[in-house]
Amino acid sequence: MAESKTVEIQVLRYRPEQDDKPVWQSYAVPFTDDMSVLQGLQHIKDELDGTLSFRWSCRMAICGSCGMMVSGKPKLSCQTFLRDLLPGPVRIEALAHFPIERDLVVSVGEFVKKLEGIKPYLIPKVPRTLAEGEYLQTPAQVEQFEQYSSCINCMLCYSACPQYGLDPDFTGPGVLALLHRYNADSRDGGREQRMEVLNAQEGVWSCTAVGYCSEVCPKHVDPANAVNQNKVNSARDYFLRFLSPKRDSS
Amino acid sequence: MQGWWRRDPFFVRYMVREATAVAVLVYAVVLTVGAVRLAQGEAAWNGWLAALRSPGSVLLHVVLLVAMVVHAKSWFEIMPKTMPMIVIGGRRLSATTITRSGWAAAVIASIALFAWAAWWRA
Repeated sequence: MAESKTVEIQVLRYRPEQDDKPVWQSYAVPFTDDMSVLQGLQHIKDELDGTLSFRWSCRMAICGSCGMMVSGKPKLSCQTFLRDLLPGPVRIEALAHFPIERDLVVSVGEFVKKLEGIKPYLIPKVPRTLAEGEYLQTPAQVEQFEQYSSCINCMLCYSACPQYGLDPDFTGPGVLALLHRYNADSRDGGREQRMEVLNAQEGVWSCTAVGYCSEVCPKHVDPANAVNQNKVNSARDYFLRFLSPKRDSS
Repeated sequence: MQGWWRRDPFFVRYMVREATAVAVLVYAVVLTVGAVRLAQGEAAWNGWLAALRSPGSVLLHVVLLVAMVVHAKSWFEIMPKTMPMIVIGGRRLSATTITRSGWAAAVIASIALFAWAAWWRA
């Protein structure tokens, strides 16, 4: 008969209607070696405490919903395993640097606004009709932007970024990586329209190349690379603007 | 955010990297003073050389040398992040190659500098 092992999972709770500030709550969760932290939370909600709130969806590290701090590090709970956190306790908090709405649910409105602000869609270089057929791209052209398109908007990089933690106005690694994804796509002609976001103090220039964002990214997007290589582009744009002021970003 | 950098070894290493810039600044000041003394004549120049040979100065230079090596190591580690994608012969230049190229350039430049200085002294 298999012995049932348990692990202590501590969760930072926050219920605005009853808590002045967040408070730790501890649960004893039976687990097997293949259980993820997400499954641990689901056990808590199903069997121990139905009031626990947390986001999740795909449980396979592609939707980006289940980001949270697991023992001090930003992780996707579906991709983090209890067996790696033994003997515990496993300390779970809402994603760092974001306002907490409830328990492990953070406010994502600002992130979404920033994402909308970079025009995250292909802007054709010239108007194109259906009759012209599809765009053709070589594998080399696809490689230029492909890794940056892997971003699942999980916001772990924002939790990792100390500059974002110190100043939430920073556009941030994820959004800037997606900005680069479109600029680097040979089909796109919207670079000029995105320059203002890039050039701003809150754009690439708030980044000091800590690099932790790329460390925590679950999809290996390497946002640090996207942001820092655009410092050259931003500087070049600044000097070209200085030399020929007739250029504008319309 | 108080003490944010103490919360993770990754951040501690980052702050060490940033702190080594202070060592670079200190050494730049030392060399600048040397240049000024050189312009002020032989007596001033010899005075500066003598100051450099003092035990305190030697200790400072050992500390600065260690800081410089850490500075080089941490900079070469982050350098690939600052560069755009480079494709050579159909293959993407890897971060490891970029870091190693930085080290190679630094070692070659150091050897060349020592060789030239030794040739000057001879």
